[in-house]
Amino acid sequence: MATWKKLILLLSIIPLLLLLAYGFKTNPREVPSPLVGRQAPPFAFSMFDGTSHSLEQLRGKPVVLNFWASWCFPACYEEAPHLEAAWQTYRDRGVVFIGVDIQDRDTDGKAFVERFKLSFPNGPDPQGKVSIDYGVYGVPETFFIGRDGTIHYKHVGALDESVLKKKIEEML
Amino acid sequence: MIATLGRFSIWLALAIAVYGAVVSILGARRGRPALIESGQGAVVSLFGLSSFAVLLMEAGLVGHDFSLEYVARNASLETPLFYTIIALWGALEGSILLWVWLLALMTLLTVLIERKRQRELIPYATTILLCISAFFLFLVAFPASPFTTILPVPPDGRGPNPLLQNHPLMAVHPPGLYAGYVGWSIPYAFGMAALLTGRLGETWIRSVRRWSIASWGFLTVGIIVGGRWSYEVLGWGGYWAWDPVENASLLPWLTGTAFLHTIMIQERRKMLKFWNVALVIITFALTVFGTFLTRSGILSSVHAFSDSAVGPLFLGFIGLILFTSFSLLVYRSDKLQAEGDLDSLVSRESAFLVNNLLLLGFAFAVLLGTLFPLLSEAVRGVKVSVGEPFFNTVNVPIGLGLIFLMAIGPLIAWRHASLESLRKTFAGPLLLAILGTGICGFLGVRGLYPLLAFGLSLFTAITVFQEFARGAMTRRRNTGEGYLTALSKLTTRSRRRYGGLIVHLGVALVVIGITASSVFKLEQEVTLKQGESLQLGRYQVRFDELSAWQEPHRFVVQGNFTIFNSNHKVAEMRPAKRFYPTEQQPIGTVDVRSTAREDLYLVLSSFAQDGTSATVKALVRPLVMWIWVGGWVMVVGSLIAIWPDRRRAVAADSVEEYMAWQPGRS
Repeated sequence: MATWKKLILLLSIIPLLLLLAYGFKTNPREVPSPLVGRQAPPFAFSMFDGTSHSLEQLRGKPVVLNFWASWCFPACYEEAPHLEAAWQTYRDRGVVFIGVDIQDRDTDGKAFVERFKLSFPNGPDPQGKVSIDYGVYGVPETFFIGRDGTIHYKHVGALDESVLKKKIEEML
Repeated sequence: MIATLGRFSIWLALAIAVYGAVVSILGARRGRPALIESGQGAVVSLFGLSSFAVLLMEAGLVGHDFSLEYVARNASLETPLFYTIIALWGALEGSILLWVWLLALMTLLTVLIERKRQRELIPYATTILLCISAFFLFLVAFPASPFTTILPVPPDGRGPNPLLQNHPLMAVHPPGLYAGYVGWSIPYAFGMAALLTGRLGETWIRSVRRWSIASWGFLTVGIIVGGRWSYEVLGWGGYWAWDPVENASLLPWLTGTAFLHTIMIQERRKMLKFWNVALVIITFALTVFGTFLTRSGILSSVHAFSDSAVGPLFLGFIGLILFTSFSLLVYRSDKLQAEGDLDSLVSRESAFLVNNLLLLGFAFAVLLGTLFPLLSEAVRGVKVSVGEPFFNTVNVPIGLGLIFLMAIGPLIAWRHASLESLRKTFAGPLLLAILGTGICGFLGVRGLYPLLAFGLSLFTAITVFQEFARGAMTRRRNTGEGYLTALSKLTTRSRRRYGGLIVHLGVALVVIGITASSVFKLEQEVTLKQGESLQLGRYQVRFDELSAWQEPHRFVVQGNFTIFNSNHKVAEMRPAKRFYPTEQQPIGTVDVRSTAREDLYLVLSSFAQDGTSATVKALVRPLVMWIWVGGWVMVVGSLIAIWPDRRRAVAADSVEEYMAWQPGRS
C-alpha cells in the first residue's frame, strides 16, 4: 500500500471525530422558545398560602417564573435551594419570584415547599393553564420576565447560582 | 453497605482488568506461560467481580435502597417487581454495568473456548478485551457510577420512565442489543491479535466466525424486538423511524453482515484479507459509536439518555480505537495481500464483492443521514432534520440490489459460473418469481418498488426452497433415507451453508412484511360517539364505552371497541391511556389484532371526560406479522449456522491446534 494512501486512510478519521466533538457544543433538545422577546402570557392563580398573584400586578418588576413539581427528582431538588437563596438576595431590589407547581398533588407540593423552606410565593396549576400558556414541556423550566413584561430568557433544566445571578442582573 | 461493596468490587475489577491486560501481553511477548495463565485468571476474577456488582445493584433495586441515586431515579415503591428488576438497564449507569458484565462473560467464554485452539492469539486477544473492559469499568467507577449515594435519602423513588415499564419486551430489547454490541468486541480482539502477531492467515477468521454470527444474531434480535416494542408501545403504528439510535444499531448490523460474507471469500480464496480486518474494526467502532450516540446527547432521539460526562470519554475511546487499529492495519498492510485473484465477474466472489459495496453504501447513507443535522449545524449554522424520505429514497434501491444478490450469491459457483449452470440453477425460480409478481400485480399491487420487492423476495425464497429440495433429493438417492431424514441430515452436515440460507429466507419474509405494511396501510382517525362506528378496509370499529380505574402506580382510561367484519363480530379491542403521576403526557397503550394476513391497530387518541365520545386512530397494516416471523427465522438460521458440530469440531480442533501452535515462536 502506498504511503500516501495509508496517510489518507488515517487522516480521514480526524474530520469525523471533530464533527462528533462539535456535537457536544450543540444542544439538540434546546428548542428555542418562540416566546423569548415577546410579551409574557398573562397569568393569575392562587398560591398554597391562599394569596393570589397575577402578572398584571407585577408589571414594572422583573419576574422569575419557575415551573417545578415535587416528583421532579433530582433537577427540581437541586435548584430549589439556589432559587430560595437568589430570592433572599434580590427581593429587596424588586425582583419577584413565583413558583408554579404543575401536575402534582397539593399535599406533595406543600411538603416540597416546606422541605426547602421556600419563602417566595408558590402555587399549584391544577388545570395546567399556566404551563400550557408558557409551552412548558418538562420540569423544571424557568422564565425570566423583564420589567416591560417581555420574556428575557428561558432556562430548561435545573438552575444554578451563576445562571440565576447573570440573568437577574441582566434584567435589573 | 451496597454502595461500598459495589464501588469496591468495581474498583477491584478495574485494577484486575488492567493487571490482566498487562500480564497477558507480557507473557506472550516474552514467552512466559505463567504470565499468560495469570492473565486468564484475571478474566475469571473479572467475571466474578462484575457479576457480584450486578447482583448488588439488583439487590439495591429490588430492596428499594433509595440511598442509591440510581435506585431513587429508576425504581419506586409502586413499580412492579419485573420492571424493578429490568430497571438495571433502564438508564445510563446501570446499562453500562450490564455492558461490563456481558463483556466479562463473553471474555471468559472466549478464553475457555479458544485458549487451547488459539494458543498464540489468545493472550493478545485477552489483552484487547481486558483493555475494553477497563474502559467501561472506568466509566462505572468514576463518571457514571451506579453506586453513587444521595443524602437525605428520599422516602420513595421516581420509578422508571413509563415508556420502559409498559411492555415486557423491554426485558429483551436492550440486553439483546447490548449482547450484539458487546459480542463484536471478540472478533475485533482477534483481528487485533492477528495484526499484533502478524499471523494474518485464516486462523483468526476461523475463531471469530461463530462469534460474529452469534453477535450478529443478538443484534438481529435486538433490532427486531426493538421494532416490535416501538410498534406496540409508541402508538404511531410503525416499527422503524430512522431515529439516530435505531440507525446506530443498524450500522454495525450492516457492516457485520458484510464481514460475515467476506470472511467466506478469505477462507475459500485467500482474498480480501485487508478488507476483512478493516471491516471488523469498523463494525466494532460502530458498536461503540452506537453507545456513544445514546449517551452523549449530541443528537436528539427517543432513546437518548440524559446528557452526561461520559460523552467526551466515549469519543476519545472511539478515536483511540480508530487510530490505533488503522495504524496497525496499514503497518501490516504488506502482509495482507490477496493470494487469489478474481477470475470472473460471474462468480460467487464477485457477487459477494458487490454485496459488500452495497452494504457499505447502505451503511454510509445511514451514517450520513444520521450525522447530517450535526454537519449542517457545524458548516452552515442551520438546524435541519433528516427524516424518512431521505433514508427511503437512498436505501430502498440499495436494499433491492441486496435482495437480488441474496438470491443468487449462495447458489452461484465460485471462480466462474458457466451459462449452463446459471440456467440450471436460476431458470425455474426466476420463472416462478415472475409469475408470482404477476399475481401480485393482478391482486392490485402497484408501483415499481413494491413489485420489485415482492418479486425479488419471492425469488430468494424459491431459490432457498429449491436448494433444500435438491440437496435432500440427492441425498435420498444416494443413501435411501426418507425425505425428512435426508433434509435434516443435509442441514446438520452442512450447518453453516443451510443456516445461512434459512437466514436469507428470514430476510425475504421481513422484506415482504415491511413492503406490504408500509406501502398498503390504511389509516383513519375519527371521533366517535357511543355506538358509532368507523369503516376501515374490511373492518367496522364500533365505540361502545369508556372505562377507567386506578392501579397502584397509574390511572388507566380504556376505550372499549367491538370489531365487525362484514357484520360478523370478530373481536373486542381495548386501547387505553395510562396516566403516571410522574409524567406530563399519558402513555398510550395500543391494541393490536394480528393475523397472518393483516394487523388491525387501534390507538385511543383522546376522549371526552364524560365518556360519551372517543377519538380513535385505526390502522390496517398488511402482513406485519411476517416481519416478526422473518426475524425469528433469521435467528433460527444463525443458531443452526453456529451450532457446534461435535464430530467435526474434534477433527478440526486438532488440525487447527497443530497449525496454530508452532513451538519456538511466541
